[in-house]
Amino acid sequence: MIALSLQNLDIFYGETQITHNINVEIKEGESFALVGESGSGKSTVLKAIAGLAPEWSGSISAFGQPRSHNIDQQFAKHCQMVFQDPYGSLHPRKTVDATLSEPLAIHGVSNQNGRVEDILVAVGLDRKFRFRYPHQLSGGQRQRVAIARALMLEPKLLLLDEPTSALDVSVQAEILNLLKRLRREQNLTFLMVTHNLPVVSFLCDRLAVMRHGRIVEIADVAELKRGALKEPYSRELMDISSAHAG
Amino acid sequence: MSLLEIENLRVTFPTPKGNIDVVRGISFNLDRERLGIVGESGSGKSMTGRAILKLIRAPGRVSADTFRFDGIDLRNQSEKAMRSIRGARISMVMQDPKFSLNPVMTVGEQIAEALQTHKRLPRREIRNRVHTMLEAVRIADPERVATLYPHEISGGMGQRVMIAMMLIPEPDLLIADEPTSALDVSVQAQVLDIIDEQVKRKGMGLIFISHDLNLVSSYCDRILVMNSGTIVEECNAGDLRNATHPYTRGLIAAIPQLNETRDELPVLDRSTWVAK
Amino acid sequence: MANVRSWLIDDSPSSRLQARLGRAYRISGALSRNPLAAIGAVIILILILTAIFAPWIATHDPLKQDLTQRLLRPSGINWMGTDELGRDIWSRVVYGARITLVIVVLVAVLAAPAGLVIGAVAGYFGGWIDRILMGITDIFLSMPKLILALALVAALGPGIENAIIAIAITSWPGYARIARAETLTFKNSEFIAAIRLQGASSLRVILGHVLPLCTSSMIVRVTLDMAGIILTAAGLGFIGLGAQPPLPEWGAMIARGRSFILDQWWVATMPGFAIIIVSLGFCFLGDGLRDVLDPKSGEQR
Repeated sequence: MIALSLQNLDIFYGETQITHNINVEIKEGESFALVGESGSGKSTVLKAIAGLAPEWSGSISAFGQPRSHNIDQQFAKHCQMVFQDPYGSLHPRKTVDATLSEPLAIHGVSNQNGRVEDILVAVGLDRKFRFRYPHQLSGGQRQRVAIARALMLEPKLLLLDEPTSALDVSVQAEILNLLKRLRREQNLTFLMVTHNLPVVSFLCDRLAVMRHGRIVEIADVAELKRGALKEPYSRELMDISSAHAG
Repeated sequence: MSLLEIENLRVTFPTPKGNIDVVRGISFNLDRERLGIVGESGSGKSMTGRAILKLIRAPGRVSADTFRFDGIDLRNQSEKAMRSIRGARISMVMQDPKFSLNPVMTVGEQIAEALQTHKRLPRREIRNRVHTMLEAVRIADPERVATLYPHEISGGMGQRVMIAMMLIPEPDLLIADEPTSALDVSVQAQVLDIIDEQVKRKGMGLIFISHDLNLVSSYCDRILVMNSGTIVEECNAGDLRNATHPYTRGLIAAIPQLNETRDELPVLDRSTWVAK
Repeated sequence: MANVRSWLIDDSPSSRLQARLGRAYRISGALSRNPLAAIGAVIILILILTAIFAPWIATHDPLKQDLTQRLLRPSGINWMGTDELGRDIWSRVVYGARITLVIVVLVAVLAAPAGLVIGAVAGYFGGWIDRILMGITDIFLSMPKLILALALVAALGPGIENAIIAIAITSWPGYARIARAETLTFKNSEFIAAIRLQGASSLRVILGHVLPLCTSSMIVRVTLDMAGIILTAAGLGFIGLGAQPPLPEWGAMIARGRSFILDQWWVATMPGFAIIIVSLGFCFLGDGLRDVLDPKSGEQR
């Protein structure tokens, strides 16, 4: 089954057209990466899917159902997002418990207490963190809370916006392991936006390289690992990454 | 004599629960070479950089047994004396050009000001030097760029302007604190190449502070790895792969590779060395 | 005691209640370390206690006239002297605390929530809703407070209830402005985006997530404004449009004492002191609260 399908997606901010003719199909259970530099439009695609960039034409459909331009509760159950900055994505005046219970309250789900406890275990957070405020947590712990929040409604599709780029490498490793495990355990579909090709290599199955609002190339991660991307721009990105990896 | 000699450097901040050392007695020497300081957030690497310029704000305190730059004992320099050292002898490039450039001055004026603060020169000479400097940081049409305001240039260009500003007084030591973390990878390499080229040509010392092990090892001669305020490892850049300290080894192992085959990334077990 | 304290400052609270109490404890702790704020808090506390226990604190009946005892100097019997109708000024000041407190609390209860909601709605939705609401706000802001209050009281008729309504109507626009400014800074943050993505309605986002962030700056502002409210109420009382005689309202008391200010200075001065001290108390407390509550400058660290 197709988890997410983008057809001829053109996204606008007012007069400016950000993306041109984006076509992507992601299978259920797949982990797909959108790769590119800042200004390539990769994050905008994610926002449009989530409903935070409502000006677009073309079509977005998740699990066979076309998506409206606004945020709706039905879609929220299928699809959730994890943001880049763990310091900005948690409400500063809400405890971990309040942050995690809120989605359940919105959708009228019962047994909130038990579900919050379960999810803390799933994302590897000790119970003692449950009633802390965000400023009492480290960056890695905050990102675990953000991931837990996204999983509260048991979505099938997770949108990841550079989920580890604000973290230290040792913490990045923990979060990447966590994402990989959660995907396996809960049969999640990932759409991840990143500029970091090694992270793609670790976590993803396929990738699309974006530049100036267009998709330059779609390839299997196996090709990335072999260094066999075809387009010159993709190869350029790859060369920079491998030069750094020394 | 080394350019910079530091022995037992401490940076201390008082808190309600007692004093906290963010840098805990580190020692190192620097010649006219490229030294990398690597560490994660909270390791004290940035505080070390700021301490060298005596830019630690009160109530923070800096102390050291030896703290000499080019023979000058920095410990007993007044704030006024430090101002003539900062910029002229030791410069610092910060992380994000957006916050370090003055938004209401043109790029050219800012670079010129950096020069004028320390040297008196005729106007024409200043103009020429600014343009030469902009060319040196690989800005193609310096005449035009000099007249632009910071919001009119890209992040990569902004960082090159910052570098031009910092290098125009021809300092002996450049401290670069995460100079490229706010930039795209393709621009990163270019900016680092420029720093590298200038440092080599002018025979300056460079302290390159970063969280990125790979980046530091490819642009520096020598590397210090810091963890919770202490130096845990010191080695030549080429020998980083043979690092011995468990923290360094753990950090290297935690970085995903382009041709990643591991199913799980190894996670740092901090208990092995924090125990002391 | 030590147990209660360690329970309160526990880094890993085990219930919502403990987390909330812990936060309150940390805030009050920080407040008590700020000397001015502590003085302010003590003054306000004394005001509240005086208002509650007025019948026990007052030495005389505040309304009882005794023309044989007119305009007596402060003495062991009449601590602050007596006024032109022979009423004990100390007792009247003590009972006046009740009126002042009622005015202040009612204005805060009426004006702050109204301003908060109007500002948050305008800021959150933006567009034409913002333009209309802020247009109305600006019209109110452009008129001098006291004149507007005067006009309202003149239209509604003099009296303490109408004075309260008039002051409330003149003070909400300031709160709406603050709430709007605060809302604009949070509106595009990722944590608001995250809650919207979970399908929360606008009402829920505003009430549950935006307003809690505006409240601390609102509390600070309201506390600082209390002094102004007291002064406006006293001003209205002074010109005879606020509390009506024989109510012992401080402003009205000063007005009565005006005629004797040269010979019997205490008649006007004593309630004047009360006004100054209480206004200062609110200002000190407000400043202290700003240092402690302001999300940009503290508490988080």
